[in-house]
Amino acid sequence: MKLNELTAHELLDLIKTKKETAASIFSAVKRAIDALDKKINAYAHISEKPIESTDSSKENPIPIAIKDNICIKDYLTTCSSHILEGFKPPYNATVVNKLLDSGALITGHANMDEFAFGSSTETSFFGPTRNPWNLECVPGGSSGGSAAAVAANEAIWALGSDTGGSIRQPASFCGVVGLKPTYGRVSRYGLIAFASSLDQIGPLTKDVEDSALLLNLISGHDEMDSTSANLSVPDYAKALTGDIRNLKIGIPKEYFIEGIDPEVKTNIMEAIEVLKKKGAQFKEISLPHTEYAVATYYILATAEASSNLARFDGVEYGLRCHPKEKRRTPIIDMYEETRRQGFGQEAKRRIMLGTYSLSSGYYDAYYLRAQKVRTLIKNDFDEAFKEFDAILTPTSPTTAFKIGEKASDPLSMYLSDIYTISANLAGIPALSLPCGFSKDGLPIGLQVMAKPFDEEMIFRVAHTYEQNTDWHKKKVTL
Amino acid sequence: MISKKDVQYISHLSRIYTDDHEAEALAKNLEGILTYIEKLKKLDIKNVKPTSHVLPLKNVFRDDILKESLGQKNATKIAVKSEKGSFKVPQVIE
Amino acid sequence: MKQYETVIGLEVHLQLSTQTKIFCGCSTEFGKDPNSQTCPICLGLPGTLPVLNKKVLESAIKIGLALNCKINSLVKFDRKNYYYPDLPKAYQISQYDFPIAHTGYLNVKTGDETKKLGITRAHMEEDAGKLIHDPAIKSSLVDYNRTGTPLVEIVSEPDMRSPQEAYDYLTTLKLHMQYLDVSDCDMEKGSLRCDANVSIREEGQTKLGTKAELKNLNSFKAVKSALEFEVARQIKLAESGERIVQETRLWDESKQITISMRSKEEAHDYRYFPEPDLVPFMVEKEDIKNVRTTLPESPSKKQDRFIKNYKLSTYDVDVLVQDRKISDFFEECVKEYNQPKKICNWIIGPLLQEINSNEKGISNDRLSGINLVAPTAKTFTDLIIKVEDGTISNLVGKSVLTSMLDRGKTSAEIIKEQNLAQVSDEGALEEIVATVIAENSKIVEQIKSGKESAIGFLVGQSMKKTQGKANPKKIGEMIKRRILND
Repeated sequence: MKLNELTAHELLDLIKTKKETAASIFSAVKRAIDALDKKINAYAHISEKPIESTDSSKENPIPIAIKDNICIKDYLTTCSSHILEGFKPPYNATVVNKLLDSGALITGHANMDEFAFGSSTETSFFGPTRNPWNLECVPGGSSGGSAAAVAANEAIWALGSDTGGSIRQPASFCGVVGLKPTYGRVSRYGLIAFASSLDQIGPLTKDVEDSALLLNLISGHDEMDSTSANLSVPDYAKALTGDIRNLKIGIPKEYFIEGIDPEVKTNIMEAIEVLKKKGAQFKEISLPHTEYAVATYYILATAEASSNLARFDGVEYGLRCHPKEKRRTPIIDMYEETRRQGFGQEAKRRIMLGTYSLSSGYYDAYYLRAQKVRTLIKNDFDEAFKEFDAILTPTSPTTAFKIGEKASDPLSMYLSDIYTISANLAGIPALSLPCGFSKDGLPIGLQVMAKPFDEEMIFRVAHTYEQNTDWHKKKVTL
Repeated sequence: MISKKDVQYISHLSRIYTDDHEAEALAKNLEGILTYIEKLKKLDIKNVKPTSHVLPLKNVFRDDILKESLGQKNATKIAVKSEKGSFKVPQVIE
Repeated sequence: MKQYETVIGLEVHLQLSTQTKIFCGCSTEFGKDPNSQTCPICLGLPGTLPVLNKKVLESAIKIGLALNCKINSLVKFDRKNYYYPDLPKAYQISQYDFPIAHTGYLNVKTGDETKKLGITRAHMEEDAGKLIHDPAIKSSLVDYNRTGTPLVEIVSEPDMRSPQEAYDYLTTLKLHMQYLDVSDCDMEKGSLRCDANVSIREEGQTKLGTKAELKNLNSFKAVKSALEFEVARQIKLAESGERIVQETRLWDESKQITISMRSKEEAHDYRYFPEPDLVPFMVEKEDIKNVRTTLPESPSKKQDRFIKNYKLSTYDVDVLVQDRKISDFFEECVKEYNQPKKICNWIIGPLLQEINSNEKGISNDRLSGINLVAPTAKTFTDLIIKVEDGTISNLVGKSVLTSMLDRGKTSAEIIKEQNLAQVSDEGALEEIVATVIAENSKIVEQIKSGKESAIGFLVGQSMKKTQGKANPKKIGEMIKRRILND
């Protein structure tokens, strides 16, 4: 097996025993990028040399792809949008500092849906990323570049961001492990905000152990982020005990209704059997407000986004355009033309939807109402976790769809996040891991959720499943 | 429910120029999404408190202590246009 | 002609004198090179997040308490969304429905009465940057140094009934804020800014008339002048049966008129919503109690106490209390030398004259004036004592004070240096007295014929000849003796 096909924990063993060097591992990854990325387009920006810190501990010299919405000092950070053309932030995101301190070698910025608006990575200004399992299919999104890079071995592991499923859904579509940590577990400082109250950075990895290791590197309280939890962080590697005896796991009935691909359903049922054999107890539960999650999300997320993205106006940095003819005043014309040319269709749609729901006279009917429904959705989970240790669901109702298939129908695209959005609204951790393949050879994802700050529970369940199956060992052939 | 005129209003509010054709298309798009969102009206939310933050965090402060600034040179390095250490923009007052 | 009533409410923005900005660690210092005091956070760069400066909340609570407001136990921030190049995030972090303080009042002396003027609310927010318009290059330049400077906006009720009342409210508010030591309150530097809402209505009406919002009021005087102009303008419109429109008007200082901004105005739809990047703040009763104990004595309380304890006139106390540092200085001096009236006279006379005099090169700002020259209570009272015990004359005392303030030396040093000690020795004064008598024979005759008051003139002449060093009392005695005993 080539070096770039190994997991981080395997590579760290090789480095520790001096069988391999960081340089040779990086070269292997770089060769894969050079060979494959024209086809996959997993990267928005590829760094010729590793981005690294000169005075780091060098303990974890693992090549990592970082989603294009996480700031790297003096390196192009563009959210895969035209409007951030040429933007090089003068600072590092907290997670980037943590990674660099640990010796990480950053390979570049992974492609994404523009500003993380999407579930297919088709809306990137740099063109769509392709699913390594089937180049005709989308990799999911919005962290599609991060997921595809890991699946195609163009990175050992990657960081994504998840606002409504943007780590887990692409992980599911690309057959890798993706974790959205509890809101507040990982600092958002330096993550270019989509929806501040929902966004969270998380790992995309080849297996559960790597997920735990990468979470160890990026978690923890950050005084630069007021919403970061001031709690100690456990060693997640210690959660991988393989013991799930007597754990109570809930299966929400609302996740198995119309719209779910029968193949997906079958695979999830089989996964439940695997876990039952290892001693977990399953019971059907109800999360009664599930059907309202997508609507709630699209109000809250777009409202916050409309405000978060207002700063991209051509005044300070990035793109600046002027219309050919004068419409209003020079400055307003500059704003309106910069944003007209700088944002893609989906970004415009979401900014306008969000602006509409916050505008005079509509706040109570939309934003405030959605915040209240959010409370109901959160209460559903609080209730469930009083009795259950974890909740198991499919990650997505379908496997990867074809490029272009949903591009013209925003609503059907939004509904592909139907199983992932609730975790963001409730702030709870959730992980997707491979649990099989469709007959077309496309990966299927299993989602494990737990109560806030109990990522250990998720790792325990997911790791046990992984140890008793070998889906994660199946490699892409390209 | 959402008219072309509404779209033109929010289009200007959000400083995104849209021509007639675009405004019409957007109105249709947004109409579809807003219709879907209507389902929230089915719920009784009278006695429900809104959630702005999922974590029960409170009182997060910093002390009034100076930190290093970027300085004029580094700050304006990112500028689309700059002059005399300032960010240069089209005339604001005509 | 109908009688009209004027209705005025003021919105005051106070820049807090914290060391760092409200949401980042950049300095708030005024007058630095453009953009030299900026960081990714106050530049609003993507990915950055705000963290509240604790001192801002503390100062805001102080302000709320000093304005007799109720303090909200739950405090949160909201985003106010609008586009302007001096607002880098295209939203201002402000407070919408849960301001730190609300429903208070300020007692304001205006004319012969004291009016209780209502405070609607006070809230925290971040300041915007500065725009310089350069028509020559058809561009504007943006400086983000001021961006993120902490502000407290104080909104009054429409309780003022004349421009003079508005002026008195504003100066009283400034005084209270200076006492709290939360802001420089310098309108020239923009650390205190004021917008005014003004309308008129027919006497007896209770409904508010259509208001104009006045902006660009850059001095206390401008506030009054602009309001006077605007009230007259509105009355003229009403008299001629024209409609008053709700609008923003700019004060033109050079032309002394207000100008409509209507044509340039955009529709406002600020789309307020809770700031998701900041968590709520709980202000506990205990916190409020703690802040209350640190509140300095209010100017009005101090006034009453000074009148009672030091037996000073209302006028004297008014002057002393106009400046917290001056009034504190007064009390320190009294501790050194228990002669309140004498100290008061020296402060509100020679000392304030010196501090207020620009020619001396001392800042016009009394606070920094006293900082600059820094007479201590000890050196200042030493000077007064030297005048009282006759070491120097009153006149020389004033010039010694000038030197003290200019050069920072003690009175003893200056007296010695310049040989200014008062001469009381008869031997030394003999010759002067003889000369003066010889030169003013007419006056001497008058005195001899019983007009003793004319002695004063001769004393004055003697003082002149000794550059004020002679002890006038002694000189008087000597002249009297010489002429009348002759």
